[in-house]
Amino acid sequence: MYRETVLKCVLRVLGFTLLTATALTAQAADPVKVGFVYVGPVGDHGWTYRHDIGRQAIETRFGDQVETTYVESVPEGADAERVIRKLASSGNDLIFTTSFGYMNPTLKVARDFPDVKFEHATGYKRADNLSTYASRFYEGRAVIGTMAGMMTKTNTIGYIGSFPIPEVVRGINAFTIAMRKVNPDAEVKVVWVNSWYDPGKEADAAKALIDQGADIITQHTDSPAPLQVAEERGVYGFGQASDMSAFAPKAQLTSIIDNWDPYYVARTQALIDGTWESTDTWEGIASGMVTFPEYSVDVPDDVKAAADVVREGIIDGSLHPFQGPIVNQAGEEVLAEGSVFDDKTLLGMNFYVQGVQGDLPK
Amino acid sequence: MIALQRRADPSRLMGYLAPLLALGITLLAGLVLFAVLGVPVAAAFYAFFIEPVSTLYGLAELGVKAAPLIIIGVALSIGFRAQVWNIGAEGQLILGAITGAAVALVFYENDGWYVLPLMILASVLGGMAWAGIPALLKTRFNVNEILTSLMLTYVAALLLSWLVSGPMRDPDGFNFPESRLFHDAALLPRILQGTRLHAGTLVALGIVLAGWVLLSRTLLGFALKVNGAAPRAGAYAAFSQTRLIWIAMLMGGGCAGLAGLFEVAGPIGQLLPSISPGYGFTAIIVAFLGRLHPLGVLFAGLVMALTYLGGETAQITLNLPLAVTGVFQGLLLFFLLATDVLINYRVVFK
Amino acid sequence: MNETVMLTILTIVTAATPLVYAAIGELVVERSGVLNLGVEGMMLGGAVCSFATAHYTGSAALGIAAGLLAGVLLALIFAFLTLSLQASQVATGLALTIFGIGLSALIGQPLVGIAFSGLPSLHIPWLSDLPLIGRLLFSHDVLVYGSFLLVGLVAWCLNRTRAGLVLRSVGDSHHAAHALGIHVVRVRYLATLFGGACAGLGGAYLSMVYTPMWVENMSAGRGWIALALVVFAVWQPGRLLLGAYLFGGISILQLHGQALGINVPSQLMSMLPYVTTILVLVLISRDRGRIRRNAPASIGQAFHPTT
Repeated sequence: MYRETVLKCVLRVLGFTLLTATALTAQAADPVKVGFVYVGPVGDHGWTYRHDIGRQAIETRFGDQVETTYVESVPEGADAERVIRKLASSGNDLIFTTSFGYMNPTLKVARDFPDVKFEHATGYKRADNLSTYASRFYEGRAVIGTMAGMMTKTNTIGYIGSFPIPEVVRGINAFTIAMRKVNPDAEVKVVWVNSWYDPGKEADAAKALIDQGADIITQHTDSPAPLQVAEERGVYGFGQASDMSAFAPKAQLTSIIDNWDPYYVARTQALIDGTWESTDTWEGIASGMVTFPEYSVDVPDDVKAAADVVREGIIDGSLHPFQGPIVNQAGEEVLAEGSVFDDKTLLGMNFYVQGVQGDLPK
Repeated sequence: MIALQRRADPSRLMGYLAPLLALGITLLAGLVLFAVLGVPVAAAFYAFFIEPVSTLYGLAELGVKAAPLIIIGVALSIGFRAQVWNIGAEGQLILGAITGAAVALVFYENDGWYVLPLMILASVLGGMAWAGIPALLKTRFNVNEILTSLMLTYVAALLLSWLVSGPMRDPDGFNFPESRLFHDAALLPRILQGTRLHAGTLVALGIVLAGWVLLSRTLLGFALKVNGAAPRAGAYAAFSQTRLIWIAMLMGGGCAGLAGLFEVAGPIGQLLPSISPGYGFTAIIVAFLGRLHPLGVLFAGLVMALTYLGGETAQITLNLPLAVTGVFQGLLLFFLLATDVLINYRVVFK
Repeated sequence: MNETVMLTILTIVTAATPLVYAAIGELVVERSGVLNLGVEGMMLGGAVCSFATAHYTGSAALGIAAGLLAGVLLALIFAFLTLSLQASQVATGLALTIFGIGLSALIGQPLVGIAFSGLPSLHIPWLSDLPLIGRLLFSHDVLVYGSFLLVGLVAWCLNRTRAGLVLRSVGDSHHAAHALGIHVVRVRYLATLFGGACAGLGGAYLSMVYTPMWVENMSAGRGWIALALVVFAVWQPGRLLLGAYLFGGISILQLHGQALGINVPSQLMSMLPYVTTILVLVLISRDRGRIRRNAPASIGQAFHPTT
């Protein structure tokens, strides 16, 4: 099924190409310049690393027709605006700014460069030449939550969080709801490390959670360190951003892969074709923005089947990770049966559902 | 054999020649570095040193980037002269940004002229309060200020993270961790149309001047210098050591807080979870690179800022990874620091 | 329950060990009167070189050696600039950190995403199999034992040997030491290189044991904590061990606190190690005489024989 999704993407891109082959040859002399602003180093093996893989996909796909540039480890403060502006003024036609903290600087620069197209990841402010895009990672969390619920023996799952922001909370809730559906007794313990990126601290958090009875670990931080700990302690876990099975061949059951490649390629294609429009993209498993590697051999067949049901349900729309009834920690129903949360509620989610232990730090 | 011989007096000539020499060596080292990495050498140097400041906008950005380094650097250099080791300016900067932003958010509906002055006052007090903790612990309990000021930096960063994802969060921002955008009345006036050059850069120049006057023209400056050279002798100079520690720490904290406000009320315009890319730490290098002299700090701040801008340009125009710019920046600093030896020493061949 | 406590202690050991290495090295450096703020840079150098060597040669021992050597080489730059060329120690140390972060990232580019099995824990026949005690005391990796040995050795050398006396006299008054015929610069060179070696080992521990992998900037500020711990320890090896385990311990316990669902914002929980360190230092710093006896009087000051 994973292959199917990829195939779809490839076909779609091919389709574009065939349609526009003539337009391409006409413009081939003048390469399209695409710039990227990264919040971390490309060597973080996490968030930024995956965006850079997406950038490389553009290069592979378009060859001489494009020139890509990136600036890495750009702090989300005063520096961001300058870097974005520099990219815009040095001839880039399309600029991806890949962290939430770049939202306002991107908007400011976009106003001053109406002819340049901008794409901001995970934000909510748009303009005629500024699109936003994000990935419904929480759909992936629903899949792994299902697997965790079925495979836990201690009924305790450890969840390592970075910062208590809606994006992360949404993932915790999607995971917990899916887990509770298959195992109403299971609970999620959350530990925040207050960092996106500190392998040592992430490993410590994983150990603390395992020591408190968690037999499955999942994370919303960037490094493979928690999985390494899971491997060492003989428990299971899920990869984040990349396929991390090299670091934990036994422990990684599957992984939620950030796959920006099809989106980046499609947007570049649209620019080349002259069909680029300001859009708000929030895609998940169906479009291939969220993908999974093969399940590990340790995943029993019934768990595989259940996970596939969730995946397929999300793809064909018959299943929504936030489907009522949803009950918060206090036991109050926050969403009635038969309805789903709208995107606005999802975007700003700041409460825990039933099944998550502890209070949400505010 | 080559040996160093101490000069009777520091050489003024070398004071000016040494940085040029350092630049020369850096060019040579850069030549090797870039050649090894297969980067076109001339283009690399152009990207690092010329391109960033080849436009008016670029020059203005140099001012924006250098201002916090200079403001903090001047204050720290005065403290370092008195042997007060405040290495937590980063935390004091964050506190100043928090308290200043708090005023801006409290007066959110208000566009009176007094908003900005109140913010400035709050930021200075916030920075001072954070620096006051190490000062208090040092003078009352004899606790080393290196540890306390450094540890409080981490505490400040976590405090900021908590505030922007809780109490100071933008109520219309989908619970994302950032404050509202400040009102115009809470933003620093821009002093150059079409750029981000803000009034804070002028203040930075004023602080350089004030630092120079303080050190060379006042009794306090004299006492600070004496305390650094010989703490016991300093006791004779009308200021007790306790008072000097307090003054040095509060000056550093106040200036760092001010620099923090200039970031949030200047180029950023709101409170974010991360507001400074380590200005408080970089300012320590700037202070020493400027030989603990306010005018030196001014130039050192500009040079340091230029290397950051140059690093960005090199990434954009040459696809040079950030790692290379880090190595190059490190080398430049090494050479600048090393050639200073010529000011106080003469090279002799035996 | 016993099992949980024991596992928690093992976690704390892992968290504290890199701090112990980096801090004990810096302690010796500072006792010789030199302040090297470049610990973070040297740790990263050690981390990337040990990982690269272990990966390419397949030998953990060579990896550790490479980490040590990388630390020494980076410390050599610092020593040359500050001791031979009289450059400012504070600024040079900070520049070394910038340089080390950049250089390690450059070297580590091809190493991102590569897994490594890590340093095996020792298994001592009989002893390691003892219930509880066996795992608590006799089944760590070799670097953990090394850290305790090193602290003991440094304590003994500093207080009981002539070399230690020489080192301390250089740190307390380089002019007096020089007058006694001690080669001040040479002693400081050796101390600085020793500090580099230790920081390199601390880095090696990060990339080979703590989290066996290479990612950029993986030390995440531990070099700075090590610097603070030297001050915390009042320049005494024994107390340094205490400080590192206190800091590591609180860091781990606050994570446990979170996992138990303590209703305090996580950011405030994360502050605990820093705040506790300050508070404990306040409690133990009130004995002014003791600090004065141990603090190297000429720390951070340049020395040249002709002055």
